[in-house]
Amino acid sequence: MAIQDIFFYLFAALTLICAFLVVANPFTRNPVTSAMFLVLSIISMAGLFVLLHAFFLAAVQILVYAGAVMVLFLFVIMLLDLKEEARRHYKTFGVVTGVVSVGALLAIAVRAITTSGLSTGVQPQAEGATNALGKLLFTQYLLPFEIVSVLLLVAMVGVILLSKKDLK
Amino acid sequence: MHLTPVGLEHYLIVSAALFCLGVLGVIMRRNLIVMYMSLELMLNAANLALVAFSRFNNNLNGQVMVFFIITVAAAEVAVGLALIVALFRKRQTAHVEDLTSMKL
Repeated sequence: MAIQDIFFYLFAALTLICAFLVVANPFTRNPVTSAMFLVLSIISMAGLFVLLHAFFLAAVQILVYAGAVMVLFLFVIMLLDLKEEARRHYKTFGVVTGVVSVGALLAIAVRAITTSGLSTGVQPQAEGATNALGKLLFTQYLLPFEIVSVLLLVAMVGVILLSKKDLK
Repeated sequence: MHLTPVGLEHYLIVSAALFCLGVLGVIMRRNLIVMYMSLELMLNAANLALVAFSRFNNNLNGQVMVFFIITVAAAEVAVGLALIVALFRKRQTAHVEDLTSMKL
């Protein structure tokens, strides 16, 4: 087994375990714990991106998701008083139906992936392509790139409007 | 799991499992913020699938798409969390069970 395969299984297991602990931590229901495990999950997914030779996206994943987005999440968790969360109980019916339906969904997805024969005859390219990605982003995808900047501006204005105390 | 050399299928299965965990979180948890984190997990699962396809088809368009998804997700998180804060200010709760004023 090649070293990349070992790292793949390591990062995949870490990603899934941490994602599970975000959703259903058996020890605590604290949202801060969930947020911390989400950070771990995102960082190990950046490891998967590195294994897929998407180095730029791995960096962006850590900077934007694990950095900016999670800080925002933690700010809001600290801002709100969520102590009540720990006292609430899951509804058994909801948990059972949720687990069953999601298990069925996963079974269908895995079955579809394994029987589709997607992996046959594809060879990944040799080197990483941050250079080519940048060229593509600023030539073919220049207009979407600019539109996304407008979207960020709109989101910023919207957030400021939403957080005003009294809307006039 | 059989330990064959890692290919596209392996990444897609990890992505599918991650997506299902996100769905489970949205169904099971009743806290708005944790549900929001589960949504982020689902977005990340889609990102992983796109990067894997991009890698194994020698086509960079998937990576550009992931770049845009990350940007849009950041904007979405900002707006969504502002909505949650505004909601909390008005109703003093972040639980979906307490937010039933639109129920018939």
